[in-house]
Amino acid sequence: MMNLLWLQSGGCGGCSMSLLCADTTDFQGHLRDGGVNLLWHPSLSMASGEEVIALLQSVLDGSTRLDALCIEGSLLRGPNGTGRFHMLAGTGLPMIHWVRELAAKAKHVLAVGSCAAWGGITAGGDNPTDACGLQFEDDRIGGLLGADFRSTSGLPVINIAGCPTHPSWVTDTLMALAADTFKADDLDPLNRPRFYADQLVHHGCTRNEYYEFKASAEKPSDLGCMMEHMGCKGTQVHADCNIRLWNGEGSCTRGGYACIACTEPGFQEPGHPFHQTPKVAGIPIGLPTDMPKAWFVALASLSKSATPRRVKHNAVADHLVVKPAVRKTRLK
Amino acid sequence: MSRLLVGPFNRVEGDLEVQLDITDGRVSSAQVNATMYRGFEQILQDKAPHDALVYVPRICGICSVSQSVASARALADLGGITMPPNGQHATNLILATENLADHLTHFYLFFMPDFARPVYAGHPWHAEALRRFAPDHGEQVRAATAARQRWLTLLGTLGGKWPHTQSVEPGGSTRAIDPAERVRLLAKVREFRSFLERQLFAAPLEAVAALETEAALWDWHAQAPLGGDLRFFLTLVRDLQLDALGPGPGRYLSYGAYAQSGGGWALPGGVWRAQTGALEALNPNAITEDATHAWLAHAREPLHPLHGITRPEPDKTGAYTWNKAPRLGGEVVETGAIARQLTSGMPLVRDVVARHGGTVYTRVLARLIELARVVPLMETWLQAIRPTEAFCVPSTLPDEGSGVGLSEAARGSLGHWLVVRRGRIANYQIVAPTSWNFSPRDATGTPGALEQALVGAPVRDGEKTPTAVQHIVRSFDPCMVCTVH
Repeated sequence: MMNLLWLQSGGCGGCSMSLLCADTTDFQGHLRDGGVNLLWHPSLSMASGEEVIALLQSVLDGSTRLDALCIEGSLLRGPNGTGRFHMLAGTGLPMIHWVRELAAKAKHVLAVGSCAAWGGITAGGDNPTDACGLQFEDDRIGGLLGADFRSTSGLPVINIAGCPTHPSWVTDTLMALAADTFKADDLDPLNRPRFYADQLVHHGCTRNEYYEFKASAEKPSDLGCMMEHMGCKGTQVHADCNIRLWNGEGSCTRGGYACIACTEPGFQEPGHPFHQTPKVAGIPIGLPTDMPKAWFVALASLSKSATPRRVKHNAVADHLVVKPAVRKTRLK
Repeated sequence: MSRLLVGPFNRVEGDLEVQLDITDGRVSSAQVNATMYRGFEQILQDKAPHDALVYVPRICGICSVSQSVASARALADLGGITMPPNGQHATNLILATENLADHLTHFYLFFMPDFARPVYAGHPWHAEALRRFAPDHGEQVRAATAARQRWLTLLGTLGGKWPHTQSVEPGGSTRAIDPAERVRLLAKVREFRSFLERQLFAAPLEAVAALETEAALWDWHAQAPLGGDLRFFLTLVRDLQLDALGPGPGRYLSYGAYAQSGGGWALPGGVWRAQTGALEALNPNAITEDATHAWLAHAREPLHPLHGITRPEPDKTGAYTWNKAPRLGGEVVETGAIARQLTSGMPLVRDVVARHGGTVYTRVLARLIELARVVPLMETWLQAIRPTEAFCVPSTLPDEGSGVGLSEAARGSLGHWLVVRRGRIANYQIVAPTSWNFSPRDATGTPGALEQALVGAPVRDGEKTPTAVQHIVRSFDPCMVCTVH
């Protein structure tokens, strides 16, 4: 069994709450049967107070083996490098102290969520708490543990980025680690698991026909593509949100709002209102990944002029106002 | 006298430390420390107002939608925006799904596992508590986690995902529901109803909601003392005198829950005074925050949130928490499901609070009663959706102005106060439910609700994390990440 310790710092706890939505009829059994032994989790364990401190001490003195350390939330280095914006209750010590010490003992270290990976939302604005990720600060390598950090397995911090994380991004990673099938080349250049980060949010988006014809949503609840006006970054963002759905049949774009790039470093400060697409001369600045600008402009103008009436009208309504025609073509 | 520093508390959301003075085996004084500060009110400065809807849900992973709804209400107030009836129904459904999920999570995952502790091994019900509520193997814990997972699939459809949806807008919901989807959603609500009726209540929801007096409640309990998890809890109440444990301040605050399109609330709010049994109208202008004992700058006198300031002063003397002390007309109040049930006139909760006050027993009971009352409301809201009508109107926000968004989260009254200048957020202040309940002392030295409730709690010989203290703390269902934000 893989001994797992989960700690929370400068975040919201939402990745844990999301984890509990894992697609299983028996969450506790699911982890156990996947080879994961939960030493302690802030929401899921009996131990409290001095029992927890004793467990942390036993990891540090080597009497309890730590196979996987999951950190959720940013690491708060302020004020003035003291870490006092988050003291671990009952210990009189800053959480960043505990994280540094425990990370040195762990076979694997996982940043669960964009806060722990990059700093995330907590590093927004002028970053009042000097928040950072475990091994990144936005897209700059470093963070709390430093660029050279490797856990005892030899891997860098595994960045399960997302705000929140999809439950099965976490469980799939943990179970692959427990089975010893997760290797260095399973990580992308930002050390995210490739199994979800090698997709784009655009893949599987139900608004694809609107995208093809650049039939765009103009206001919240419209059915059209949200790239042109509504700030959607799904064609650039690494995640499988429209393939691996959320809470049953959901995703951001299926919920009627833009992908805000929550798996990407620095997403918290896009430099424009989240719900508006920044443009130059009427053309979105952020073009689909791997697509040359001239091609995009040419295709967009062509497809706009070829937009079927149905697609054009439905794009700016919240339900189908023009239904697909039924024709006796036998679909030849 | 001896002193205990208790933490980290788990099975509360976020990080909590409690300092206890112990005299003759009882707590004689308590100080509550919210140990983490992130600075959302600073982060929101100078943002485009609508961007608040991206940041504020991320204050809290368990009250995410509640934060969105409060923010959307503040923005709607700023812009004079009224959502269409479908938008209101969808918003209420989204909020209720989260609130009820939180009540379920609290009871099964956070609160009840403490009764499986070895300290209770001598009690006749302990083996059953272990079987049902041990955190890793308990049958009811596992069943409730599965029911919760299914329940939150409502939000996959209604809001794209949970937590941290952006479907909640000042003008309604971005996700229109079609007739086929409504059929599916109704089926899911019935599935949850079935879980509650089989496992939690062992009775129809309407039968539980119809219990009007404490005498009727105990008669119902006597029919099957171990039948369902509520009656099991009542068995513990009697054996462990949970009816006298952790008395609150006796004043209860609710802003009103689930706004109705025609005006008014499904669960009307106000201020309930247990001593007189009287309901008073809420005066939102009487809300202040006092930062005397917080590691935050404080003014000469407590400030109304519209004029509030949030600036860390980590070396301030006399401070012991990152949380400010909210007061209503200078008074300490308690908020939560118990307050909502009192102000909205639920007879059973009014009766038990008249007899026992706000205690571990009545706080937990009120939460479960709310589950029984709100699921049927959700069924009516789903039925009331008119699929061809709008779910959302676009929001145009002015460059200058202010807005107030008052709402009810699972844990109680949540308020957002927003000031906009030159199209940017000039001030954003949040007072969360646990900011009230886990408030520190104010300038007059008056302790907050939990600080008062802990006084008198028994401490056994050798206990470093007293079990009674844990019951009291968790009976409030605290959310520490919301508290400080």
